[in-house]
Amino acid sequence: MAKKPVTFTLNGSERAAFADDGQNLLEFLRRGVGDLSPKYGCGQGTCGACTVIVDGQTHLSCLMLAEAVQGRRVETASGLATGTLHPLQEAFMEHFAAQCGYCTPGMLMSAKVLLDRNPSPTREDVVEAISGNLCRCTGYEPIIDAILATSNIRRPA
Amino acid sequence: MIEFRKEFFADERDDNLNEIGKPTRRQDILGHVTGRSPYFDDHLFEGLLHIRCVRSPHHHARIRRIDTSAAEKMPGVMRVLTGKDVPLNLNTLLSLLDFGLDDEPLLSETKVAYKGEPVVAIIAETEAQARAAVAKVKVDWEVLPHVLDVEDAIKPGAPVVCDVYPTNKFIYHGKFDHQKLRYGDVEEAFARADHIVEGRYQMSPIEQAPMETCGAIAAPEVNDRFVCYTSTQGLFFSLGTAAKLLTLPSSRLHFIGGTVGGGFGGKVDSMHEPLAILGAMLTGRPCKYAWDREEEMQVGAPRGAERWYIKDGVMRDGRIIARKFTGYFDSGAYTRLSSYAIIKGVGHLPGPYTIPNVYADVYCVYTNRTPATAMRGFGITGVDFSIEVHMDKVAEAVGINPVDLRILNSYRDGDMKAHRRLAKNCALIECCQVVAEKAGISLSPASRAATSLRDGGGERANLPARTATDQHGAVSGYRVSNYGRKGAKPTQEYALAPHPVPAAQPASAAASSQAPRPASPAYQAQPAPLAPSPVPPAPPAPAMDTPRHGALRFSSLSGFRRR
Repeated sequence: MAKKPVTFTLNGSERAAFADDGQNLLEFLRRGVGDLSPKYGCGQGTCGACTVIVDGQTHLSCLMLAEAVQGRRVETASGLATGTLHPLQEAFMEHFAAQCGYCTPGMLMSAKVLLDRNPSPTREDVVEAISGNLCRCTGYEPIIDAILATSNIRRPA
Repeated sequence: MIEFRKEFFADERDDNLNEIGKPTRRQDILGHVTGRSPYFDDHLFEGLLHIRCVRSPHHHARIRRIDTSAAEKMPGVMRVLTGKDVPLNLNTLLSLLDFGLDDEPLLSETKVAYKGEPVVAIIAETEAQARAAVAKVKVDWEVLPHVLDVEDAIKPGAPVVCDVYPTNKFIYHGKFDHQKLRYGDVEEAFARADHIVEGRYQMSPIEQAPMETCGAIAAPEVNDRFVCYTSTQGLFFSLGTAAKLLTLPSSRLHFIGGTVGGGFGGKVDSMHEPLAILGAMLTGRPCKYAWDREEEMQVGAPRGAERWYIKDGVMRDGRIIARKFTGYFDSGAYTRLSSYAIIKGVGHLPGPYTIPNVYADVYCVYTNRTPATAMRGFGITGVDFSIEVHMDKVAEAVGINPVDLRILNSYRDGDMKAHRRLAKNCALIECCQVVAEKAGISLSPASRAATSLRDGGGERANLPARTATDQHGAVSGYRVSNYGRKGAKPTQEYALAPHPVPAAQPASAAASSQAPRPASPAYQAQPAPLAPSPVPPAPPAPAMDTPRHGALRFSSLSGFRRR
C-alpha cells in the first residue's frame, strides 16, 4: 500500500509521519502519530468526538484526509494544557462537564475555537458552537455552564 | 440542583456528613479534560489485526452453506473464523450465575435469529481489508418466517426463534413459562371492587447509544496469557464469559478495563472479548474487534421493548384493593439479561403502593429482533411508566386528584409488600407533598397530614390470609433448580430434556396438557402446605425450600437483599 509522508505542526511541534492511502486524519493522528485524544464515535461526521483544530478552525478528523494537513497547524485536546491547565479544562473540571469523558476532547476543541474568536459569547453562541458535538452522559447544561464560566474569566483580559 | 428538605425525617438523619450535599470532583476528570483517559482503543500495538463480522441480512434464516474461499484469498486476510473455531460456541450470559440455559452462539453455524447476527469473522491486516473480505463471503440462506411482536410470538404456529426455548418463552426456575407473583386473591377483590380500571401500555426498544462503540483489543502476553483491553462495564463478567467460551482457565486471561466511553448497560454483553482473544490465540498477534456506529445501532443490544396489561380493582374512595399484571418483555432472539430484568421487575410490583391483592404473569418472550439487554433501571423502567400512567387513569376513573390517589395508596413504613418484605424508609408521601407544593396542586387535608411514618404496619404488615395459586404455564422436562444453587453443575452439563410440547402448539395448550384447568382462571385457595396437583406434582414454594445459597447471591444482585 502506498504511503505518503505528511509534515505538519501538532500542538506547536513539528511532526512528520507516513499516512496510508486514503487514511483519514483521525486514524492518522491516533495510530500513525500516537495522539490518542481525538476519539472515534461514528466515523461519519455526526458525533463530533473526533473534532480537532486545523489552522484555527474546527474540523471533523474522521472526514478529513490525513494528507490534507500537509504544512498546516493541527491542535488537539492533548495539547491544550501548556504547563498549566487551560482555563477551559479547569472550568470543565469545576462544573462537572464530563462524565464518561469520551466527548470531552471534541467539546474542548469546539469551545476553544469559539472563545478564541469571541471571548464573550452569549449562551446562544455557546450552544451553536457545540451543536456538532454529541454527549450522552451529562446532558449539555454543565458543559455550557463551563464554557460560559471560562468566557467570564477571560472577559477582563 | 439538589434541594435538601430538612423538615422530613429530621430525627432519622445525621447531618454531620462529609461528602453528601457538597460537590466533589470525579477522580478521573483530569484524564478526561486532558484527553489522556485510557479507553480500550487508546492502546497502541505493533501489528494490530482487525476483526469484522459477516452478518445476517435476514431476521430469521437457516444457514445452508458458508463459502469463505474467496474471502480467504483477499489481500491482508490472516484468518477466517466460523462457529467451528469457537471452543464452546453456545452460551447464555447469566450462566455465570447458573441462571438459564445456554442459547446463543458467538458465531452462528446453523441459523440466525435476528438481523445482523454474526456468522463469520474475518481477521485482516487493516480494517478496510477486513471489510473488503467480509463482502466476499457467500452465505446460502434459507429465509424462514419471522416474528417481531411478543404476543404474536407466543401464538400457536409462531416461528420458533430459539430452539432451546421452543415455545418462545424463557423457562423460570425450571417450572413455569413465566415469572409468577401471587399475593392474596385478585379475582375475589375484583368481584367486590367499585371500579375496575384496565389499561394496556407499551414501550419501544431504546438504544443506549454510548459515544464510544463497544469493543476489545486482545494480545498474546508472556507466560502464555492473553491481555484484553475492553470497553466492558462488567470486567469480571466478561472475563468469566470469555474463559467459558474459549475453555481457558481465567488465570490465563488478563483483563484491563474500567475506562468506559459511556455504557448505560449496553456494554455488559461480552460479545467482543471472546472473539478478540480467539483471534489473538489463533493468529498470535494483537486483534481488535469493535463495532462501528452502524453495528452499535443495529446489533448493539438495546433496552428491550415491553408490553403491559394492568387491571385494578378500586374502591369509591380511591383505595386500590387489587392489581393484576400481564407483562411481556421482548427479549429479542436470545436471553442475554431479559430473564433477569423480569425477576427484578416482578420484585418491584405493584409499584410503591400497598395493595393487598397482587397478581402478575410476566413472560420473557423471544422474537426475531435484536437481543435486548441491560439499560439503566431495566426491568423497572417500563413497568413503572405503565404503573404511573395507570395511576392517573385510576384517578380519573374515581374522580380524585392523581397526587391524592398516590398518597392514599402509598406504602408506609412497616407495610408488607407483595414480594413479602416489609417496607422501610418510605418517602413517597413526602415526595408527593413536595411535588404538589412545587406544581401548585392543592392536596386534600388528609394528604397534607399524611406521613410515611404513620398508619403503616399493624394489620398492613400481615401477609394475606389466603393466597390463590395455580399451575398455569407449568412446564416439565427442565431442572427445577436452574439458578444459583451453590455447587450446582455448570449449566451446559445438564442437558435439556426435549420439550414436551411441539413448537407449533399454543402455549396455553402446553400448560393444559400438564395441568388441566377450568375455562376460568384456576385460582385455588392456598392450603398450607400446597395441595399436590396430580400432574405435575406441585413444586414447593421457594420460601419453603431449603436454604438457597445461590438465591441469596442472586437476590443481592437483584436488590432483594434484606436491609
